[in-house]
This record gives sequence, structure tokens and C-alpha cells, in this order.
Amino acid sequence: MTVVEESTNAVPTPDNNLNDQKPAGFGRMLRKEDPRFVRGMGQYCDDVELPGMLHLAILRSPYAHARIVSIDKTAAEAHPKVKAVITGEDLAASNLAWMPTLSNDVQAVLATDKVRFQHQEVAFVVAEDRYSARDALELIDVEYDPLPAVIDVRKALAPDAPIIRDDLDGKTNNHCFEWEAGDKAATDAVFADADAAEDGIVVTEDIVYPRVHPAPMETCGCVADVERVSGKLTLWCTTQAPHAHRTVYALVAGLPEHKIRIIAPDIGGGFGNKVPIYPGYVCAIVASLVIGKPVKWMEDRTENLVSTGFARDYVMRGEIAATRDGKIRAIRTEVLADHGAFNGTAAPVKYPAGFFGVFTGSYDLEAAYAHMDAVYTNKAPGGVAYACSFRITEAVYLVERMVDVLAHDLDMDPAELRLKNFIQPDQFPYESKTGWIYDSGDYEPAMRKAMAMAGYDELRREQAEKRERGELMGIGISFFTEAVGAGPRKDMDILGLGMADGCELRVHPTGKAVVRLSVKTQGQGHETTFAQIIAEEIGIPPEDIDVVHGDTDNTPFGLGTYGSRSTPVSGAAAALVARKVRDKAQIIASGMLEASVADIEYEAGAFRVKGDPEKSVTIQDIAMKAHGAGDLPDGLEGGLEAQICYNPENLTYPFGAYICVVDIDPGTAEVTVRRFIAVDDCGTQINPMIIEGQVHGGLADGVGMALMEMIAFDEDGNCVSGTLMDYLIPTAMEVPDWETGHTVTPSPHHPIGAKGIGESATVGSPPAIVNAVIDALKPYGVRHADMPLTPSRVWETMQGNHTPPI
Amino acid sequence: MQVPAPFEYERATSVDHAIALMERLGSEARIVAGGHSLLPMMKLRLATPEYLIDINDLSAELEYIRIEGDEVRIGALTRHRQLLESDELAAVLPIFRDAEKVIADPIVRNRGTLGGSLCQADPSEDLSAVCDAVGASCVIRSTTGERVVSMHDFHRGPYETAVGDGEMLTEVRVPIRPNSSSAYHKVERRAGDWAVASAGAAVTMDGDVIADGRVGLCAVGPNLTNVEPISAALRGQAPSEELYARVGQIAADNASPSADTRGTAAYKTHLAKELTIRSLRKAVARATGQD
Ligand SMILES: Cc1cc2nc3c(=O)[nH]c(=O)nc-3n(C[C@H](O)[C@H](O)[C@H](O)COP(=O)(O)OP(=O)(O)OC[C@H]3O[C@@H](n4cnc5c(N)ncnc54)[C@H](O)[C@@H]3O)c2cc1C
Repeated sequence: MTVVEESTNAVPTPDNNLNDQKPAGFGRMLRKEDPRFVRGMGQYCDDVELPGMLHLAILRSPYAHARIVSIDKTAAEAHPKVKAVITGEDLAASNLAWMPTLSNDVQAVLATDKVRFQHQEVAFVVAEDRYSARDALELIDVEYDPLPAVIDVRKALAPDAPIIRDDLDGKTNNHCFEWEAGDKAATDAVFADADAAEDGIVVTEDIVYPRVHPAPMETCGCVADVERVSGKLTLWCTTQAPHAHRTVYALVAGLPEHKIRIIAPDIGGGFGNKVPIYPGYVCAIVASLVIGKPVKWMEDRTENLVSTGFARDYVMRGEIAATRDGKIRAIRTEVLADHGAFNGTAAPVKYPAGFFGVFTGSYDLEAAYAHMDAVYTNKAPGGVAYACSFRITEAVYLVERMVDVLAHDLDMDPAELRLKNFIQPDQFPYESKTGWIYDSGDYEPAMRKAMAMAGYDELRREQAEKRERGELMGIGISFFTEAVGAGPRKDMDILGLGMADGCELRVHPTGKAVVRLSVKTQGQGHETTFAQIIAEEIGIPPEDIDVVHGDTDNTPFGLGTYGSRSTPVSGAAAALVARKVRDKAQIIASGMLEASVADIEYEAGAFRVKGDPEKSVTIQDIAMKAHGAGDLPDGLEGGLEAQICYNPENLTYPFGAYICVVDIDPGTAEVTVRRFIAVDDCGTQINPMIIEGQVHGGLADGVGMALMEMIAFDEDGNCVSGTLMDYLIPTAMEVPDWETGHTVTPSPHHPIGAKGIGESATVGSPPAIVNAVIDALKPYGVRHADMPLTPSRVWETMQGNHTPPI
Repeated sequence: MQVPAPFEYERATSVDHAIALMERLGSEARIVAGGHSLLPMMKLRLATPEYLIDINDLSAELEYIRIEGDEVRIGALTRHRQLLESDELAAVLPIFRDAEKVIADPIVRNRGTLGGSLCQADPSEDLSAVCDAVGASCVIRSTTGERVVSMHDFHRGPYETAVGDGEMLTEVRVPIRPNSSSAYHKVERRAGDWAVASAGAAVTMDGDVIADGRVGLCAVGPNLTNVEPISAALRGQAPSEELYARVGQIAADNASPSADTRGTAAYKTHLAKELTIRSLRKAVARATGQD
């Protein structure tokens, strides 16, 4: 059942306290973690200072592709404050020059034979302070023999292209992997039919999702400390997945797993950028092992932008087959995916293209097919990052852009076209033509609500008037469905590790509690949300629940926070572990109330005897009883705690309807996002304020990607986006006041019906903005233009000179 | 954290002290004013001066906006923020406020200075275009005395100015003329970004005609100070859309921008025209009390 609430105009302010309703469970409450953040008292990796700590800096390649002829480090070693200078050759001696990536490829920790992207790691220096470490980098003399570089992904598979990965046995081209989804023959048949039929139409468009970067405010880094006596490694690290990292270090470096402790302290933004294991982490660990002192490595801003996990970089050809009255029959796509020099994508092993398979969107189709070639280029590795829900960002962009292309050619209203093609509520669970089982959905109410909030018809009237006057106004729609919460262990793992999550809950004698999570917040508000989940289940107020996470010695195993998986997976674990505790509490209550267990009912923190509401005990009474004097019911152990490992049955499928209104200055081609309406459905809402915060952030991300962000290269492979003056992220000046709303369609298989929300807005907003810009440019006959829609790119498009960004 | 190469640092206690230090330390010494151009370059190790001479204590001598007779005198250490907020300045030369609204962000504007901006001489730097448009001149001081140069002579090309070793810029002077006004327009990809292109215009009216007009352009190529054909085309003409378009075309014809991630050369050339037109239109409207 979908719940559509009337929109209220009540805006939370400090005066009306709408955001602080002090809920006993779900509801708006201020974030428990914020007092320390707003006072500047968060503890980030770079705040870790240990006695005798040394500093590590990395020398990087100036070339995109070059053979290393020689490295002379004598001058650097002679620097008075330098403790060690290590090259790839040094690492190779202990078999550490290469490491596995999360996609079962290998990546150089320090280059030995060749450098394969500009800014690749070549050597590192450890010195007494970070200034000397940087100074000494300039004293290392590296001789390179430059090679031609592969920069344009479209030329990567040309017969004469230089081979990047000659380190791989027998590699004779730059092909990385091939992937397909759906039924090719069936899809081709529908296309042929639509092409031939009188009432049929086929539309095709080339669409690029450019390379972008998550650009978290805090760059990546770590402090490695190998204790000399016990040999135990403690690694404070900017990681979204501490447990996964620990196991990978154990498997790769042969360190016993119980002698590795990973602590992810407060993280200043992750967005997927902090999922991979970076060479810098390995360098710091090696340095601490070799020197016997703690070693800190913190990237600078440029290093973060030019060498760590990028996102997107898909060159797509999209095609839709439909009837002329607007029934979409099939979708087909051919994708060229740029994976950079090493395949460092973080995705479940069986999903090398992530969850791109949901490119069929929110529509009921006859057939669908996708084929992808992933290639190596001389660019930084990475791939899945930036709040992309494992490539759903690319998938949603493709289908939502293509639906607008179809609307353009049919001269049909894009809202009407979408409404005509939605999967209907009675079709859920719905199996898509690429094999994904959508758990629940009710799309039309969300779409109608967004249109009502926007005043859609009125906007179209305004647009018509403005067009008469030569003014450029555009209205863009996107309707997205995501698949988040990876994932069922039957077919989802990363490097062989199942994507389940553990949770432990312990209630103290006085009725306060601690919950330990395997996931790790990077700003999502876990310390609040998870306390609220526990509170809702057992009635301990959220402020009485301590949420512990990000420390492998103190939390259960699980795969971490990315792909909007925390609430779908770990949140389910939290709810179920609380229910386990509640079951035990009910038994204790039955003893206290001298009634049978079956006669006890639970409501909001109190356990009552059915039919005798006077007889009741609270969870706090029970907690004391569980630890206190006197007997417990027969066979019951003392204490009040439980643990669980939750294996999700399916992914969850949040969805949303977004409408964007833009104005374009016809003289300068500058785009202003005037309004943005976002109606999200993430199932049951735990803390609506946190959900809105996630949506606001993601929408701003979307404005960035649609209008200004791009990691660009010159033809020699030099990255020209290495500072925040070159790689632009939007500010408060570029974004409108967001207008958010929601519908609630619970997930049928999640214990509390919740779906992920962390990436919905990042996924859903770029197509709405681009569609709006292109709608505004309709008088110029424009049907498509690629991101980023900077004034220059928009102006060139108006002149009929649109060119893809790479 | 990006860290600069080692350098030595001294705080000047007076302009004379600063100049004496500059003279003694020679070409390896750099003045640091707001530091918002120099420090980023040092952190990226694109600039590696051996000595920094900090002039931030010299507010008494260098931080002022004074309107004296038919001239505005602005101290080299005057911050962007002061140029933005000064009502007196905006009353006579509104182009400064126009430009400052779109220069960088409040954090940069709190410290960045007029002197630093002109001496940095970045081709995308807004205040040079502003000073070009209003016909400013620059006061340069050394141990041997002071000289005053026009903006045209001040600019020697990208990142090059008339300020030599052992010299510093102390003041910028702008003439105030009756029946005059000015305006500035800039296109940026995002607030705080450097200009894709921008144009400033200043006009002096004589009844119904433009007695004198100047346009300063930014980010559309080197050496666009005082585009003489523009002034010639404006002189003695009655303002009209047709005139603006013709003058805008001269601006475009004189532009030689290079393509980069901010935009294509064609787009920047187009902007030279479009923004020249807009600035002229606005400056004339202001000068004739129609704004
Ligand atoms: C994020 C950011 C965005 C920006 N955006 C813009 C923008 O949109 N438009 C724009 O125009 N600028 C922009 N800037 C530059 C900003 O305006 C700088 O403040 C200005 O360019 C330099 O002024 P400064 O006082 O900081 O100079 P500094 O960095 O201190 O010095 C710059 C140079 O001038 C020299 N110098 C300084 N003062 C003197 C003097 N009195 N005599 C001789 N030499 C001197 C220094 O030695 C140095 O070589 C931006 C800067 C940043 C960091």
C-alpha cells in the first residue's frame, strides 16, 4: 500500500522545532552526531597524532604512459629528515609491488615497469614531518621514456592502440571485459518490428556520462602503526568498509587477521571514493613495518582528484522501440566503459557493470538488451563511486534521457509518456526484462504528486508564453527506480566476501544500550538512524543508545557503507537483533509478571499482560532484572543482548519523481536552476529529516554533474581537473530551494519496510536537469546535449555545434 | 595538505621598509598581500620565491579609498571587500561593485587586494579589466621615488607588469568625470569561478552623445587594454542598440581567446561581444539616469 500524504507547507525552523520531535522511535530528531561536528570536534584521520609518528608523501608520474628507465633516490635519502625512500623495485623484492583490486584485477602499488596514468604512484618518502617529506620528493630523479597514451576511450580498441596492460599475460589489446544483459534476439525482433510497422518508431541517441569525481571534503589517508612486540597493525583509515579492508589485507599481505585492527574514525564524506584500497594505504603499512614507527599518509586535494576512484565514464548508444502513440516496447544499448589503467571498480563479482542492468527503468517493456565493452585507458582507475548505486546512475540517465528523446520525436508531453508506460502496482513483485525483481512500487502517485507540487500545467503555460517572447525556459522530468542494498549472498560478493551485515545489541543493566554495526557512516547519520531503529523495536529512547561503528575490533563483520546499503542491509540487521532482544525480554517479563510468555504483549517499551494493562514492566525494568539478583525463568541465561548476521532476501527498489525548471540566458547561454521538485519513495521512513538531508545533498550533486563537473584530460593524458578551481562543485549559489515530498511504499521483504535513500537524488537528478535544459533549447531544434552543460557547451549546442565531452 | 617549498618570511613595518627589503633581496623576493594568488601557486609549487615580504601590517599607509577632487585614490592593500562595500566608490564608479560581486567568494574577498590583483596580472583577473575601462593609473614606488603609469603601460602581458625588482605598487588613481558612469558583466561557470569572459565599460556623456567611452575585457586574450578602435567608434555617437552591436563586434574582432575547460574560443569571442554590449547599455543607462 502506498501512502501519499498531503504536502504541508510547514518548514522546519529552529523556532517551531519541527525537526526535533523527540521521537521514541521513528520520526524527526536532530542528529546525535551533530554536536561534535558543528563544534569542530569531529575526530578525522588527520587528527590522529601518535608519539614518534612519521609522514609519508608519494612521488607521482608526470606522464600518462611511460616506461621507467631509472630511479635515483640518493639525493632524497640524503635529506636530513628523511627516514626512507622506497620505490617499486624495493616493494617488488618483498612481492608487494602489485596488489589486487576489488574487481579481481591487479594494480601497481608503486610502478615498476611502466607508469600507466598521469599521477600514478612511483615512489614514496617517509620523513619526520610532512613538509620535509614533500621537499624530498623533488630530490628523487626519475628517468622516463614516454609512450603514446590512450586517452579517447573510442580509440582504445583500435588495432594500432598502444597496449597499456602488458603486465597481464598474453594481453594484446586494451579490452578489459565484456558484459551483456537481457535477450538480444527478442530485443532485436521488437526493434525490427517497430522499425517496419507503420505505427512504430525507433529512436537512437549517443549519450555520454562523463568522468566525474566524488571529491569528498576530506581527502583519503591513513595512519599505520605496527606494534613492534605483538606485530599488531592498527590502521586508522578513511574507509567506508573497514571489515572488507581488513580481510583483504589479511589475504593479500599474509598478516593474520586478528593482528589487524582497522579504525575508520569520523569521515568527511565518502560517496564511494573511500571504498577502494589505495596504494597509499599499503605504502603506509609497509613503511610502518619497515621503520617500526607510526606513519601517516594524507593525500592533498590534487592527489585526491587525479588519482583516486573516479566515477562514471560511460559512452552509451541508447535506442528505444515504441509505438507512435507512445507505448515503449523495448530498449537497447551499447556501452563503451572507460575503466582507466586498472580495473579498480568496486562491484559485486558477478556484476562487473554494477547494477547497470536496471537500465529498463520504471517501465513495463517487451524486451531489453545491453552490451558493454569495458576498456583500459591511460587514466586513473576506479569506476564505481560518487553515490552511484553501482552504476544505476548511468542506467537511469540513459533511460530517462532516451524517454525524453522519444517524447521529442513523438512531440508528446514527457510526463504523459512516462505515465503511459509505468509498471503498474499490481505487477509487483515485477521481474524486469534483464532479470531484476522489483520488490514494490506504485509509480503514478509519486509522479502525480510531483506534478501537483510543481504546478506542472501552469509551468507549461508559462513556458509557452515565454517561448513566444524568445525567452528560454525548460521543464525536465526524471522518474527513476533504483536497486539498492547489495546484496543477497547467493549471488553477491566482493572478492569472495558475502554482502551480509552483522549487528550486535547489548542492553546494559540500567536500560541503556550499545549497538554495534558493521557499516560505517560518512555523514549519513548512522548514529541517529540506527538508534531510532532499535528504539522503535524495544522502546529504549534513541538518546540512550550508543552506536558503535568503524572499528573492526569492536564491531561485527560486514561489508560496509556504499550503494545505499546501510539501511536495507544493516538496518534490517538492527531491527532483527532488537527483536531477538525483545523476545528474550518478553520471557523475562513473563517471569516478572507471572504470566505465560504468550500472554505478554509488547507496545512502545512496555510489556503487558494481555487484558490486564495495569500489570506491566518496562524494558528498563527487564534490563535490570536480566542482570540483577534473583532467578530468571527456567533455562534462561542472564544478560540482555543478541547478535545477528543478516542476509538480505532481495535488493530494495526505491523510486522517485523529479521535476526541474531552468531558465537559460539566450545571450550568454547560462543555465539557472530555478526550481527543483523531488518526490522520493524510500519505503518506511525512519528519520524524515535525515532523508531530506540525503536528498538535498544528492540534488546538489546532480546540479554539479549536470552543469559543471568533469574530470578532463588533454590529448597527452594530462589531467586538467586537478584543483577545485578546475573541477567545479556547486555552491549554495547554484542550487534553488529544494522542494521535497514523498510517498511511502514499504519494501515487502525488509523487516521494517525501509529502502535505501542515500543515492536516490544523485541518481535521479542529473537527467531531470539535462532534460530541462534540452527542453528549454527546443526552439533551437536540440534533441540531446551531453553533460556538463556549461555555458560554453550550451551555447555551442545552440549554434548546432554540440560535441561529446571526450 | 599541499605544502609550499621552504622560504623565508619577513613582515614589513612600513612601505619604505618593504621597498628596502625588496631592493636588497632582489628577484627572489615577493610581496605577499592577500596571498590568494601567490599562496595557491606556492602550494602547487608553481611559484617558489625564496623570501616573502608580508605587507599586511601596512594598512595605515596602503589601505584606503579616498575621493579627492576629480580623482579616486585607492591604496594597493585595499581589500576586495572594501571595494565591494564602499558606497562612496559605488556612487562614482559603480563598475567596482558590479565586478566585486562576482569576484571569487567572501573568504577570498576578505583578504585579496587591489594591488595583488593588478600585480598578479592574470589574463582572467577582473580588476585589470575594470581599471582599463575606467582609465586608471598606477603609482609605483622604489627607493628612488615614485612613478605613475597608465594601465596600458602597467600591463606588459600575462603575469607581467611594469613593477620591477625593488619596486612596489602603492596606489591606483581613477579619474572622476561628470556625466559619467560604468558597468561590468561577467560570465562564470559557477559563483567563485574565474571569468569565462567579462567586459567592463565606462562612458562620459555630452548631452545626447557619448563624449568618451572605454571598454576593458578579461579572459579573451592578452593585451586587451584600452581597445582604441572601440573608443574611436563610441566617440561622439548617440547611444543606440545598433552602436552597441557595432562596438561589441569590434570587441569580438579584437579578442583572441584560447579554448580551455571554461569554453571554446568561439564562445568566448561571442561573449566579448555580448558582454561589451550589456556593459555599454548599462553604463549609458546609469550615466543618463535611466537605470
Ligand atoms: C578561490 C579563488 C577565486 C578567485 N576568483 C577570482 C575571480 O573571480 N576574479 C579575480 O579577479 N580574481 C579572483 N581570485 C584572485 C583574487 O582576487 C586574489 O586575491 C588576487 O588576484 C590577488 O590579490 P592578493 O592580494 O591576494 O595578492 P597576492 O596573492 O598576495 O599577490 C599576488 C601577486 O602580486 C604581488 N603583489 C601583491 N601586492 C603587491 C604590491 N602592492 N606591489 C607589488 N606586487 C604586489 C605578489 O608578489 C604576487 O606576485 C580568486 C582567488 C581565489 C583563491
